[in-house]
Amino acid sequence: MAYAANENDARRLWMGVLAQSAEAELARLWSGLSGLPGWDHLRRPEVGLVMVRGRMGGDGGPFNLGEMTVTRCSVRLENGAVGHAWVAGRSAAHAEMAAVADALMQDPAWRDVVGQKLVAPLHRALAAAQEQAGRKAAATRVDFFTMVRGED
Amino acid sequence: MYVAVKGGEKAIDNAHALLAEERRGAEEVPELSLAQITQQLALAVERVMTEGSVHDRELAALALKQAQGDAVEAIFLLRAYRTTLPRFGASQPIDTGAMTIRRRISSAFKDLPGGQVLGPTYDYTHRLLDFALAAEGAARPEVKAAETGLEPSPRVTDVLRHQGLIEESGPGADIPGDLTRQPLNFPAGRDLRLQNLARADEGFVLALAYSSQRGYGNTHPFAGEIRMGEVAVELVPEELGFAIDIGTITVTECQMINQFKGSKTVPPQFTRGYGLTFGQCERKAMAMALVDRSLRAEELGETVTAPAQDQEFVLYHSDNVEASGFVQHLKLPHYVDFQSELEMIRRLRRENAEAVP
Amino acid sequence: MNALAPETGLLPGFSDPVAQSQKVFRVVLEAMSRPGTIVAAHTVASAPRPLDPVAAALILALVDYETPLWLDPAAAQPAVIDYLRFHCGCPLVERPDQAAFALITDPKSMPPLSSFYLGSDEYPDRSTTVIVQVPHLDGGEGWSLKGPGIRDQAILSAGHLPAAFKAWVQDNHLLFPRGIDLLFAAPTHVAGLPRSTQLEG
Repeated sequence: MAYAANENDARRLWMGVLAQSAEAELARLWSGLSGLPGWDHLRRPEVGLVMVRGRMGGDGGPFNLGEMTVTRCSVRLENGAVGHAWVAGRSAAHAEMAAVADALMQDPAWRDVVGQKLVAPLHRALAAAQEQAGRKAAATRVDFFTMVRGED
Repeated sequence: MYVAVKGGEKAIDNAHALLAEERRGAEEVPELSLAQITQQLALAVERVMTEGSVHDRELAALALKQAQGDAVEAIFLLRAYRTTLPRFGASQPIDTGAMTIRRRISSAFKDLPGGQVLGPTYDYTHRLLDFALAAEGAARPEVKAAETGLEPSPRVTDVLRHQGLIEESGPGADIPGDLTRQPLNFPAGRDLRLQNLARADEGFVLALAYSSQRGYGNTHPFAGEIRMGEVAVELVPEELGFAIDIGTITVTECQMINQFKGSKTVPPQFTRGYGLTFGQCERKAMAMALVDRSLRAEELGETVTAPAQDQEFVLYHSDNVEASGFVQHLKLPHYVDFQSELEMIRRLRRENAEAVP
Repeated sequence: MNALAPETGLLPGFSDPVAQSQKVFRVVLEAMSRPGTIVAAHTVASAPRPLDPVAAALILALVDYETPLWLDPAAAQPAVIDYLRFHCGCPLVERPDQAAFALITDPKSMPPLSSFYLGSDEYPDRSTTVIVQVPHLDGGEGWSLKGPGIRDQAILSAGHLPAAFKAWVQDNHLLFPRGIDLLFAAPTHVAGLPRSTQLEG
């Protein structure tokens, strides 16, 4: 591929954020973007399965845990930039928005706008939800004390 | 032998209409939405996903609604739906060490890095029916959030491993066997056994695990660690060539730690059994880990004496869709079979009667 | 289709994957169940060279991430590889005997059929299915075919094949139930030559 290693890392991050975000939140922020370029499907949204693998013992060789539903979609913008999306679940709209956003993020003319208005708020929302879940869990942290049993 | 039977179309249609009416129940009671099922019957949804072997909350909720809450029927529906979808690929193995933890306990160590986190649990509840829940809109206790989140929580087995006190898991094959694609052969590798157990009926695995504790097969287990929370699922699309997150799923993992007195080549150390499920299926994950360890008897040089140690017995009878199909096929028409048996009984009795002087 | 920059030159596959795959599958079913019959193909709009649209449609319908594909050296071009990786997600294998499907775009220099995976006695169905892209399905020397799916006799004359091809097909038939199944993809039509077919004259 034509991307530098660090460009791959950046893309990996935004693709992950787009896939993991709630569809409603993505759609809400999406509606705030205007003047988007036209695009075509390279691959229409398509629902299928991905086999989720675990590791034997958590750290050993892989095994097949079970499948999950996934929707993938690929688009090409008018200017030629290609975007891909692989999103858990069966929402064509989610996968399509994620694919177009992936293409826009590769387009220098759009990266800043889409990054600031879409990817960054989604990223913050994910982090906040994760942080909140972590603090709720932490409130249930317990210290067990071993009681010394008295001798008869 | 099966013989086609004709007729009954009208009766079948009417039976299905009657079923639909029963499923809906009284019209004056509001219909369940899938969101209500995914939110308020989450553990049922998660069992259906685990044993139906498809992670999709909405589909599992729909299956439960359609099956009137019958988990095994819902699992069957989900398995059937699964066959209509193409498979796009396989994920990178999920990293449970990097889990966003919502529950994490160890019965082996009380002080462990990251701490003991109870999370949402039925443990320590009094198992008294809560009649407040019978009234809609009842107040519930306020959920507390700590000032800060959890510290990093390495797996207990990693801690023991660094001290050389527990066996290594071994690298295994790059591409694990898949019993939904290839027929099961014996002896089956641990990869296939774990896949089978992950899909297996919870009741069956639970009973086997229980039998192993009660002396049918020798295990001395500790719940080294149980953790539940969210992990990212990564996949390498062919068109990208690098891994991306495609979503986050909840999983429950159980590491059982067992005594092992060692052998000529291996010093005394702990061995382990492993359980992993979609969602919060803790009882299943624990039972799975016990049975995984039991099934390793032969590999660890133990005598195979008990059902839980017998691969063929466990793996061939664990699937509730298969089991339910074979048991329930007995209600289908066997008229010709039965007539021939009846004929034979009559003949034998006639012959016996004639033989008596 | 407009000319595209190299890194964005991916051609689209089926516009309606489910319906089009089913149409192609019907074509394959017809061709395989009536060996030698020349069946009108269902095709895609465009395919990266040297892949013809008919052969491309067969691959798109039959191959996925669970079916390793072997490409003959003529087909193993970056544009073809990117196209197949994207649309099929299939692993590309180095040796013909590792493949569930094989694609031949230069039949004259194709390897012998015995170099593909011939299946096992337990699972003869796992042998390689070989898709051979040919310039035409008539005008060759003309073999007469016999076997299941052929009422009396069928004639097939796929063009541009190696001299030894006939002997390969005859040897392949002797392996039954193991053996290779062949699909010929001409510019507008498809014909099948399964392992069950005997080749005469």
